[in-house]
Amino acid sequence: MTTPVAPALPTPATGGSREAPVRRRRARPSPSERRERNAALRFISPWIVGFVVFTAWPILYSAYLSLTDYDVINDPTFVGLDNYREMAQDPKVALSLWNTLVYTVVQVPLYTVVALALALLLNQAARSAGFFRTAFFIPKMTPPVAVGVLLLLLFNGQYGIVNEVLSWVGIQGPSWTTDQDWIKPGLVLISLWTVGSAVIILLAALRNVPNDLYDAARVDGAGFWRRTRAVTVPMISGALFFVVVINTIAGFQMFTEAYSAYFGAGNSTYRNDAALFCVIYLFQEGFQELHMGYASALAWLLFVVIMLVTVVQLVVSRRLVYYEGEQR
Amino acid sequence: MVVAALALTGCAQGTGDEGADVDFSADGSPSGERSVMGFGTGDEIGEVRYDRATQDLEGVDVRLAEGELDIQAFLSAVASGNPPDLVYANRDQIGTFASRDAILPLDECVDAEGVDLDAFVDTAVEQVTFDGSVYGIPEFNQVQVTMANADLLSAAGLTVDDVNGSDRDAVTAANEALMRTAGGTLSVIGFDSKLPEFLPLWAKAAGADLLSEDGRTAQLDAPEVVEALEWAVGIYDAQGGFPAVKTYRDSADFFGAGNQFATGVLGAMPMEQWYINVLNESSPDAPMAFDAVRTPGGDAIAFASGSAWAVPRGSENPAAACRFARLMTETDAWVQAAQARADARAQDGLVFTGVLTGNEEADEQIRADLVPDDAPQPWQDAIDAMYEANDATFALPANPADNEFETAWQDAVNRVLNGQQEPADALAQAQDEAQQALDDAWARWDEED
Repeated sequence: MTTPVAPALPTPATGGSREAPVRRRRARPSPSERRERNAALRFISPWIVGFVVFTAWPILYSAYLSLTDYDVINDPTFVGLDNYREMAQDPKVALSLWNTLVYTVVQVPLYTVVALALALLLNQAARSAGFFRTAFFIPKMTPPVAVGVLLLLLFNGQYGIVNEVLSWVGIQGPSWTTDQDWIKPGLVLISLWTVGSAVIILLAALRNVPNDLYDAARVDGAGFWRRTRAVTVPMISGALFFVVVINTIAGFQMFTEAYSAYFGAGNSTYRNDAALFCVIYLFQEGFQELHMGYASALAWLLFVVIMLVTVVQLVVSRRLVYYEGEQR
Repeated sequence: MVVAALALTGCAQGTGDEGADVDFSADGSPSGERSVMGFGTGDEIGEVRYDRATQDLEGVDVRLAEGELDIQAFLSAVASGNPPDLVYANRDQIGTFASRDAILPLDECVDAEGVDLDAFVDTAVEQVTFDGSVYGIPEFNQVQVTMANADLLSAAGLTVDDVNGSDRDAVTAANEALMRTAGGTLSVIGFDSKLPEFLPLWAKAAGADLLSEDGRTAQLDAPEVVEALEWAVGIYDAQGGFPAVKTYRDSADFFGAGNQFATGVLGAMPMEQWYINVLNESSPDAPMAFDAVRTPGGDAIAFASGSAWAVPRGSENPAAACRFARLMTETDAWVQAAQARADARAQDGLVFTGVLTGNEEADEQIRADLVPDDAPQPWQDAIDAMYEANDATFALPANPADNEFETAWQDAVNRVLNGQQEPADALAQAQDEAQQALDDAWARWDEED
């Protein structure tokens, strides 16, 4: 791909020497512009208030709480960086980070590939596309707690449907819900239950790929796979990137399904460390052990991890993602 | 998630000294709106007592926030100065709430309302007594009873005495005799030692307490505790490991007619007494055998748990809250509620198996007046076992690190069950974690005191 050169802006020439462009003073807004701006501010002010009260202030306050010993009920006591030092020595922090990382690294690619495959299939469908779009999206409406319960039913090592199906082809399925090695794979697989939303996003992107590109590829003798690799994927790379980023963040914030399956009412005493994800540990520390200062520090650790990963993804995306109309 | 959580805590300012001087003996008729958190009138036992209490508190509009107590919501409400007037909590939460100044000592309430604490089950009172003061009015008592499938026992040449815990070797042998596998998969669970939750029971049966009497010293690495855990885990190992047993257990219809006993897929297990009613209702013809859980000496033993009423710091009308708690837990209230249940069960043609109220006086009266002493077997044995267990309970003392302590020993058991650690190592780690939590929490309390 060639990188187009931006046309040079004409610079005023005075006496043959180049001078710095003169910064033009912004014209004073007219009364009608001011009225328009004030009206806009009034319209968005509910959102601004909501953002400040329910997002910005709690974020700032949590940064302060992460430097305190706070049990929810008594006044926070400033402890400096003690919570962060404690985190460095807490084996559960390392474990929960590791579990979260493994889950995300396995789940995001699988989820994206499955979503893309289903979107490609749907894109081929003609009359029945509307029905299948709805059918794929409906599971997304399932409450996450129900998905956690569903996991225990479908993946029961002894009587679950998954192992039943595996047994038809001579495979003895594992103890998905109790074996340390199979708990995260089970959670990854059940996450595909909600793949419908990504399918819809990718399908919308697929519908926007110009047909003449496919026609040109066909003329050049490209088969389905070649067209998918050389035309489809680059043309929907923006949507794919969106799915990957959103899903990566969701992966790092994995909570409800794992908690309801392995830490909820049905497992009030039995717990399995293999399902201890970052947000679950944060929740336990904050809302069960009432170590809200420590939980706030954990939240900031998770925030930094997610931010770093997202920045890396953004940097990598500059080389891999193409946006329609973009000039490089 | 994080943002929402912090939004809830964002406005918290701490309790300070608010409500330090509380008058539980306020005269006059209480009035206005009073809120209760954590209690629901789910059945006749709750409904009758609630109706009775609200009638007595004429002029007070009692509002219930039903469902299990949400600790975070409760503490946030206290911290923000807008607490409910009364909370209904698990007794093992009382120490934590008391140590954080979230609830008020009720010694004056007990005096003002004439609550006779001697009438309550001793262990229940111990659970709500923190650093010498009573912080809750207890109610209900949950105890464990040995439940077994009589047909499976009989086919293996065993009796319920072989699985009641009095002889560990006998239980181990019975487990192997009762269990079955089909095609390499467990098809009958021989004995379910109910880990992690019943470790305190097995440890106490061997003579060890997980926590010292004053609630300050963890005793999780005592040899008796290690041996108890090794034995209880060994029961699972003989059946292919805990994952196999749990997987099979999870697939059962626990509350329905297809429960493990009715379908003959479980030999025996200790279980809380409320399950007797479940079995009696859902599978009255199941071939059951019952006994108390027993020590090597043959004595009954049970790990008690239950609920308690507590008055939050900052309650607008602690006197009315105190009276409500007294009205809900007094003997007459329990007897009336038990009568309603006995009538309902008689109407349904079911056996009334009794109610364990946490109030000894009420228990005795209900048993004498309402519980049959000639119920058809095996239900009479169930009733006898339940009351015998109720007379032989123990409990962990209230302490300021209730939850951390529980997490430490339960995590240890889970690490063993999941094959991550050996019992001795897991309990040694738990001992360090629990003692650290206790030391920190007691230090804070002692400093504030």
